Amino acid sequence: MYEITCDVAIVGGGPAGLAAAAAAKKEGTEKVIIIERDETLGGILQQCIHPGFGLKLFKEELTGPEYYGRFVDKVKELGVETLMNSMVLEIEKNTVVCMNKEHGITNVNTKSIVLAMGCRERTRANIMIPGTRPAGIYTAGSAQRLMNRQNEMVGKKVVILGSGDIGMIMARRMTLEGAEVVAVVELNNFLAGLTRNKVQCLDDFGIPLLLSHTITNIKGNDRVEGVVVSKVDEATKKVIAGSEQFFECDTLLLSVGLIPENELTRKAEIEISSITNGPVVNQYMQTSIPSVFACGNVVHVNDLVDNVSTESAIAGASAAKFAKGELGGGEEISVKTGENVRYVCPQRVVGGGGKVDFYFRVMAPKGQSVIAAKDGDKVLCSRKTIKVNPGEIEKITVDLGGVREIVIESREA
Amino acid sequence: MEKEIICTVCPTGCVMHVVGTETLIESIEGYTCPRGKKYGEYEFLAPVRILTSTVKSNEGRLIPCRSKNPLPKGKVLDCMEVLRGVTVTLPIKRGDVIVADILGTGIDIVATGE
Ligand SMILES: Cc1cc2nc3c(=O)[nH]c(=O)nc-3n(C[C@H](O)[C@H](O)[C@H](O)COP(=O)(O)OP(=O)(O)OC[C@H]3O[C@@H](n4cnc5c(N)ncnc54)[C@H](O)[C@@H]3O)c2cc1C
Ligand code: SF4
Repeated sequence: MYEITCDVAIVGGGPAGLAAAAAAKKEGTEKVIIIERDETLGGILQQCIHPGFGLKLFKEELTGPEYYGRFVDKVKELGVETLMNSMVLEIEKNTVVCMNKEHGITNVNTKSIVLAMGCRERTRANIMIPGTRPAGIYTAGSAQRLMNRQNEMVGKKVVILGSGDIGMIMARRMTLEGAEVVAVVELNNFLAGLTRNKVQCLDDFGIPLLLSHTITNIKGNDRVEGVVVSKVDEATKKVIAGSEQFFECDTLLLSVGLIPENELTRKAEIEISSITNGPVVNQYMQTSIPSVFACGNVVHVNDLVDNVSTESAIAGASAAKFAKGELGGGEEISVKTGENVRYVCPQRVVGGGGKVDFYFRVMAPKGQSVIAAKDGDKVLCSRKTIKVNPGEIEKITVDLGGVREIVIESREA
Repeated sequence: MEKEIICTVCPTGCVMHVVGTETLIESIEGYTCPRGKKYGEYEFLAPVRILTSTVKSNEGRLIPCRSKNPLPKGKVLDCMEVLRGVTVTLPIKRGDVIVADILGTGIDIVATGE
């Protein structure tokens, strides 16, 4: 068996893995290695040729390849090593086992590990639409990969289920390539993705967005011939009988959400949150196994890669400190979700002072709200927002000094 | 002319109502901050968009590209037509010009990947 030894091993070479690697190296770690199953670095951003990346971090609007390109240059400059074409099969406290194209089964012995495997898309099986099983049904991301990397046009007349960002971005991409996008169909009565994408990808091309609608049947034998779209009750989400319309199309794209890729995490028996489907972490992005850290979409699905990079730098630096035996601990403070908050990340913190950024998503869209972090009745910090939306991650920064418990809430004003 | 414009400068997404002619804004309402007002004015008088796409290369592989700066929105589809006819010769670096001054807009199409 092929053996490698390093200080910090990073699983996944997408934006999360790249930012973690750079930060680990900057802590003065000798050997940092990125293990990636693909033959190139960059992760999902390799197919995201559209702009909209880096507005927060670089204050300019970059495309996916430009964004990760900057990080690839940086990790190379810093001397991070890479093990490409290596599918990680298993992790343990201090080992990463992978299948390398050249060396076969490879054991990477390491002092700490950063998980950065990203996420995958929900499929038709996950959401259960009845009807036939013809060709022409794709997840939005796989259609994006086919078009942007393999130059394959997936269809001419398209219906998109789900108003997630990838679906909206594909609506624009396919329109620009000459296809007709008939409609974007969304079950909820609010947009799943970013408003910016609705404006620039749907409104710009007059593509209708049908809120509170869903697809109730798919027609076609060899190839999709059309879909049946029905209205749903806004509150109960039940299909309203008699509201069916038939939309002719040859392609159906599914943009119905992403799930963190956590087979490895589960196998290692790391504690997983049932809400985010990602590992439970503390403010150092440390999982329930102290030598294992996690960051990026494997922890919770982010809409902005800028947040991924910021969070991943914390994971990388903490993993490096752990490898050197310098990562402190402390008494655990519990973090809870209050009114209208679906989840908070990190889910736990260890005390000892210092400021921590908490990222969270609300449950339901609301108008003017006050976002607050509380310890019992005491308000630790709060701020007003004009509105909150489940599609957009919120952030609140809390000073941990003297805090015993943290509850994060978003209360309509 | 009247237009409803959703501000995309920040995630708040204020909805603005703008009244004016092709060259003049008579009234603009609904913005929360000066950056939004500026965006609303531009979006009403001369909307622009960054165009991203791919072009073929002599090795068959696709090369992602973008307009270096935003293009007039009305020119986006015509520019796509131009890009469909382009084949670049490898190697190519990030930032290399693929089409200079596309359709006389003064804006270059550059490679975003290699
Ligand atoms: C289609 C799409 C459009 C988006 N649009 C925007 C946008 O406009 N603006 C924006 O800011 N953000 C956008 N995002 C979000 C942003 O791209 C993600 O947040 C970011 O890519 C997450 O980075 P990551 O490193 O966690 O995951 P990924 O980029 O998915 O990287 C994970 C890496 O891990 C590797 N890997 C997985 N499992 C293994 C294994 N077992 N062994 C070895 N390697 C493994 C994968 O091959 C991959 O390279 C978009 C995301 C998608 C999917
Ligand atoms: S007007 Fe200001 S606050 Fe409103 S969306 Fe635009 S930038 Fe944000």
